[in-house]
Amino acid sequence: MSENRPETKKKKQPLSDRRKFILNMARGVGLATLGGFVWSAYVDEVTASQLLLRPPGAIKEDDFLRTCIKCGLCVEACPYDTLLLAKPGDNKPLGTPYFIPRDIPCYMCPDIPCVPVCPTGALDEASVTTDGKLDINIADMGLAVIDSESCIAFWGIQCDACYRACPILGEAITIEYSKNERTGKHAFLKPVVHSDACTGCGLCERACVTEKPAIFVLPREVAQGRAGDYYIKGWDKNDEKRLENASEIKTTTNISKKSAVDSLNDGLEDLY
Amino acid sequence: MSLSRREFLKSSAAASAAAAIGMSVPSELEAAANTAEGGWRWDKAACRFCGTGCGIMMATKNGKIVAVKGDPAAPVNRGLNCIKGYFNAKIMYGADRLTQPLLRVDANGNFDKKGKFAPVSWKRAFDEMEVHIKKALKESGPEGVGVFASGQYTVMEGYAAQKMMKAGFRSNAIDPNARHCMASAVVGFYQTFGVDEPSGCYDDIELTDTVVAWGSNMAEMHPILWSRVTDRKLSDPERVKVVSIQTYTHRTSDLADIEIIFSPNTDMALWNYIAREIVYNHPEAIDWDFLKKHIVFAAGPVNIGYGMRRAGEKSLKDGKYSAKEMETINKEMSKVVSEKEAPALAPYGYKAGDTMKNTAGTLGHWEISFEEYKKSLEPYTLDYVAKISKGNPDESIESFKEKLQALADLYVEKNRKVVSFWTMGMNQHTRGTWTNTLSYNVHFMLNKQARPGSGAFSLTGQPSACGTAREVGTFTHRLPADMMVKNPKHRKIAEKKWMIPEGTLNGVGKQHIMKIHRDIEDGLIKFAWVNVCNPYQDSASATHWIKAAREMDNFIVTSDGYPGISAKVSDLILPSAMIYEKWGAYGNAERRTQHWRQQVLPVGDSMSDTWQWVELSKRFTVKDLWGAYAPSGPRKKALPSVIDKAKAMGYDEDTTMYEILFANKVAKAYKLDQNDPIQAGYDNSEGYGDSRNVVGSDGKVFKGYGFFIQKYLWEEYASFTRGHGHDLAPFNIYHKVRGLKWPVVDGKETGWRFNAKYDPYAAKATNNGETGEFAFYGTLAKALQSGTLTGKDKTSKKKGLPNKAKIFARPYMDPPEMPDAEYDTWLCTGRVLEHWHSGTMTMRVPELYRAVPEALCYMHPQDAKDKGLKQGGLCWVESRRGRVKARVETRGRNRPARGLVFVPWFDEKVFINKVCLDATCPMSKQTDYKKCAVKIYKA
Repeated sequence: MSENRPETKKKKQPLSDRRKFILNMARGVGLATLGGFVWSAYVDEVTASQLLLRPPGAIKEDDFLRTCIKCGLCVEACPYDTLLLAKPGDNKPLGTPYFIPRDIPCYMCPDIPCVPVCPTGALDEASVTTDGKLDINIADMGLAVIDSESCIAFWGIQCDACYRACPILGEAITIEYSKNERTGKHAFLKPVVHSDACTGCGLCERACVTEKPAIFVLPREVAQGRAGDYYIKGWDKNDEKRLENASEIKTTTNISKKSAVDSLNDGLEDLY
Repeated sequence: MSLSRREFLKSSAAASAAAAIGMSVPSELEAAANTAEGGWRWDKAACRFCGTGCGIMMATKNGKIVAVKGDPAAPVNRGLNCIKGYFNAKIMYGADRLTQPLLRVDANGNFDKKGKFAPVSWKRAFDEMEVHIKKALKESGPEGVGVFASGQYTVMEGYAAQKMMKAGFRSNAIDPNARHCMASAVVGFYQTFGVDEPSGCYDDIELTDTVVAWGSNMAEMHPILWSRVTDRKLSDPERVKVVSIQTYTHRTSDLADIEIIFSPNTDMALWNYIAREIVYNHPEAIDWDFLKKHIVFAAGPVNIGYGMRRAGEKSLKDGKYSAKEMETINKEMSKVVSEKEAPALAPYGYKAGDTMKNTAGTLGHWEISFEEYKKSLEPYTLDYVAKISKGNPDESIESFKEKLQALADLYVEKNRKVVSFWTMGMNQHTRGTWTNTLSYNVHFMLNKQARPGSGAFSLTGQPSACGTAREVGTFTHRLPADMMVKNPKHRKIAEKKWMIPEGTLNGVGKQHIMKIHRDIEDGLIKFAWVNVCNPYQDSASATHWIKAAREMDNFIVTSDGYPGISAKVSDLILPSAMIYEKWGAYGNAERRTQHWRQQVLPVGDSMSDTWQWVELSKRFTVKDLWGAYAPSGPRKKALPSVIDKAKAMGYDEDTTMYEILFANKVAKAYKLDQNDPIQAGYDNSEGYGDSRNVVGSDGKVFKGYGFFIQKYLWEEYASFTRGHGHDLAPFNIYHKVRGLKWPVVDGKETGWRFNAKYDPYAAKATNNGETGEFAFYGTLAKALQSGTLTGKDKTSKKKGLPNKAKIFARPYMDPPEMPDAEYDTWLCTGRVLEHWHSGTMTMRVPELYRAVPEALCYMHPQDAKDKGLKQGGLCWVESRRGRVKARVETRGRNRPARGLVFVPWFDEKVFINKVCLDATCPMSKQTDYKKCAVKIYKA
């Protein structure tokens, strides 16, 4: 195993021929599509791209698609062969970088070699920098989500493989302890993902021992719901921050879409 | 079509019996059997992996295991499993399962040590073994035939192996990998209680208020027990305290109220600190009534070396060890007392700078007074202990001291129940026996031992380290049920039971597992057989043993299910039936014995280890084995011929060991019977042969022994245990229950030993509690001379100590190899939850392989930075013995403080045992895998 993965090095080791070919082909397609690019022709791919996991530092998906020039430098910089370039037939925006964590997750290199090489800012160094230093722990590639029905830890099995695989365990994934009343003397040790810390690296998805992973990474936009700003948690002082976004409330439902006068003047006969 | 249960049993039994003996079954009956079995069959078994001993159910369909579930009726796990147990259904079906014997041959098909492996018949395999065993016996005597045995043997195969070795070959050179995992616990039990194995049981977890994990990552290594600890903590979070005492931070600290990170080996100072707190600062906490009734104080020599090779041994003289290696090995002979250990050694008459001349380790000890014991504790002040023990350079001494104080307070607190658990940290230790005994000291003084919810409790690593290795006695020095080969009375008992001539058994049992490796390297052992273990991956200083196996004149055989490192360095490989392909039994860490039936036929032509031993026994006769032998190896006296005595017993020169040891009159009384509900419908490949028609050791299709050999082996073994405090129940009973904790007396299991309320033997010894609450009735080393800390009074008389246990004075001492300017870092090795031992099974389960595909070098980020290493980059881990390349991990599950790295040993590609030192506890001979000095640099 240890011999298989190239080491993290400043000086890039030569790429294998096969990888080089694929990379070049993907780049070629990417570059070819640059001229007279018409986004609407790629609706399928753009829709698909909502489910793609991008390298660390990737800017918002819409902007990313506009900014990425499909040069493949990030792919070349990745020491783990994590990053791929979308090829024709992949049904993904051609030539753009992405990764599939179940195959090869992002190993969260502290020096994030894939980001500084980006010539256009599609991968934004500032977004993975804290106090002037690269900081992979603030990367936001996606968010791990647990299917609690297929997660065997929720059955009571002592697994937590995802927790142990997490590079920032204790922050991104913690273990929630609860009593297993079924056996009367064991505890559940259930993994819990914390969205504020999870980077979406996918090491958990890779490690998950179920046939199809019970924990998997989705782009944050897809993975998360959002509560409205019109209700603030009375038990959480910090939640008041959301009031900053609060705006004027105006609601319409099927019953209220007509003006009050119109509806008052309408349909009286239905009442008797 | 519907079938009644009775009809079901009848038809499936008939079909299976017919298939087994190759009869044709009327097609109507065959169809009925298939329908009756429906889609699948559930049957109970024990988990293959750790010493926890979870019960599982196996689903079999079309002759293959297809699924597993936790057994809801099993008291240990109540239907749950850990991530390894979850994959029990997959472990036997790896793509590269060994299916036929393989021999190294030349172009003409002759055996060639330098040849390549080629398939051979079972007959050829046994021919070769026979030739090489006879050669070894001729050249080196019985001591020249060795076996690497196992704590993963079923009870029956361990018993068969030890019987053929000790009674047949008259060789005691059989020792299990369990030596590496709990020998220090065993010697600790012997020294303290006079008998092996824990006094408590897992129910202690639900009953205690305090769980202290000493050198044990229970969360990963005993996950089901850990979930019970967690449940206990949840049920009363304020009252229940968990303390994690480790050399680096790992998962077990997650739940801990207090985490203590100590410098390697100083756990001895921590135990003595707690004892000092009790004796000097909390004398009111001592239960004097208990001590007076049940305890004596004792001491032994401290200059006992480190279990390494000693001057004069052949391989040292031959220059097989480099100058670098000798820097460490020389400490075996003498060492200079360091500033660090000097205060602890002062009461024993040593000061810093003294040269301590070491003699080879001894078990000898003598009685001392309480005042002497108190004197031995004097040095362990909070200041001294904190200074030498603090393991995290970035922690303040004040914070460390506070934790030590809090730890002592928890033990001392009146009415607080405390369980101390440990596993490899305290056992794999060059003073492992001492550290084990130190734990009982604290529990005894507070009268918190052998009581529900209180006690020091050694957790076992392997599934049958207790059940087979220890209880059956597959150790070089042991016989079944706590008997010893060196005790003539014990030999006599075994000889009688085994129906062999008096004087057959060899009284010298000194070839422990590291000695077997060393004896191969020295050229004494010429034939070695690996059973259910992987000694060429799991032994420290591995390069030496592999070189000896590959380059010297010897013959190494490995029986295994998969091609691991041991198979690779062997001359002959035998394909072994795996766990659920044979009838078996395991015994777990709480003395619970669990049986299972053969669920499926073995893969390919593989056969069980029991079968392999029994077939080998057919090759040797009375005249081959029972003649006289000149002194050899550790045996300084000749072994007499017992051939005449054998004849007097009715055997003749050509009677085979098979007829004497395995297919005797008693054995044949155990009938195969498909009307017996235990056997009905189940295969018995040894009993009947099976539908594979495997061509056996005589070149003919193996048709079975014709009797119920597993039941015979069980019952004969169990007869050793009954009436001696080890009582096991009858074979059939275990097939109806979910295991029983021995001693099983009048059909009832025993929860807490030595406690008159729970243990019938203690009840008997105390006249039902009238003469005391406890009886520590073990019989070993129960007569002592007396003396002081510095030595024995040679004129003193031996005094008997019936029913008493011992508290030992034992000092902190340095290990033989510690970080220095060149090798500046501690190396600790161990396991991960996902993989079992050397990974031969779990690295073949795709899900577990994917979860943890390689062993990483866990280290502190600052250390990585200082050494110019990158997270995820490769580094060399190099000791005086060798080096391996591993990937640097500065995050995640294991977080060492600066100055220590942790590398797991499951990964044959990161072969860390090339780096480890084969120093052992000189008393228990258990290797210390937890500490040696390495340097780390960029690869």
